[in-house]
Amino acid sequence: MTPLRFAIPAVAAVLMVCPPAAAASLPGDPQRGASLYETRCGACHSLDANRIGPSHRGVVGRRAGVVPGFAYTQALKASGLVWTPSNLDRWLTAPTSLAKGTAMGFRMPAAQDRADVIAYLASPAVAGAKRPAAGR
Amino acid sequence: MTDQMRFIDRRAALALGTSTLSAAGVLAVLGVATPRSAFAAGAPTQDVQLLNAAIALEHEGIAAYQIAAESGLLTPDVLKIGITFQGHHKQHRDDLASAVRRLGGQPVAAKALSAYATDLGAGSLKDQTGVLKLALKLERGAANAYLGLIPSLDQTDFHVLAARMAGDEAFHAATLGNALGEAIPQKALIFG
Ligand code: HEC
Repeated sequence: MTPLRFAIPAVAAVLMVCPPAAAASLPGDPQRGASLYETRCGACHSLDANRIGPSHRGVVGRRAGVVPGFAYTQALKASGLVWTPSNLDRWLTAPTSLAKGTAMGFRMPAAQDRADVIAYLASPAVAGAKRPAAGR
Repeated sequence: MTDQMRFIDRRAALALGTSTLSAAGVLAVLGVATPRSAFAAGAPTQDVQLLNAAIALEHEGIAAYQIAAESGLLTPDVLKIGITFQGHHKQHRDDLASAVRRLGGQPVAAKALSAYATDLGAGSLKDQTGVLKLALKLERGAANAYLGLIPSLDQTDFHVLAARMAGDEAFHAATLGNALGEAIPQKALIFG
């Protein structure tokens, strides 16, 4: 009986792992980010097609939930988020914490991985080459 | 032997009896949801949204294998493997759909095959190697996607379900990598 009593606080301690501190200031490597993007995000996202998730071309600096033709959740549309590097870092750490009710659950626990993917999304190759010239 | 087992059961039950309250208390303090809480909310729950995204992923996988099968680019033995893997993705879709229904949600429908072909750039596939590379990319991505999804899912049942699906996708990716002659990764923790 006693060992069981002791085990419970131990379990609680393990469950109460703190969320990692936001690490948006880490320098990111866009080249490593490109390959991470393919292996981690590529099942759901492409730069220029809406698939399981919306297309990502030009996402950095854009408001959340505005890619035409993608059926966003109400949670993300109403979030008021702008995809700054630091919001992207929070999103990739735990999307359901940033916008409760979102359809994206994928998490990237390593801060360096997040920094690299964000650097890739912000790189000139991705950052809006296919945006219509007149639109914003 | 049955007597002995009964004795052990009783002992276990007694031990649990004295500790259940504090364990439940700890869980409540930590905000860990019990399965019942998923039914309480009126709007689609978080898990419904996440499982539906997984269904969308499976729909795309099923379509990708369909496009591959109809491409005329595959040898009969590779075609057979593709059809088998497509069958796995159909089973995933069905398991996920019944989970969504159990939670009171509506499983998301598939898009038209032609839409998937456009989204995946299937028009540029020229040979079997190209098809296998696309399939590997999708399967590898799906294994990673399921693993990354686990901590966001609420119910423990779904943690296990997502992990088992990640296992299937990893099996597919390994088979496809082998067919393409890819080297075996030297470092462990290959996915996630
Ligand atoms: C399992 C599928 C899945 C994976 C894997 C995934 N996402 Fe998503 N993502 C989604 C879905 C679905 C949405 C739409 C969410 C909504 O509407 O609530 C989304 C939305 C987003 C958005 C918001 C875009 C907008 O237009 O507002 C960003 C940014 C994003 N994802 C980045 C990423 C990155 C970067 C990765 C890889 C590190 C990734 N996602 C991996 C499914 C996924």
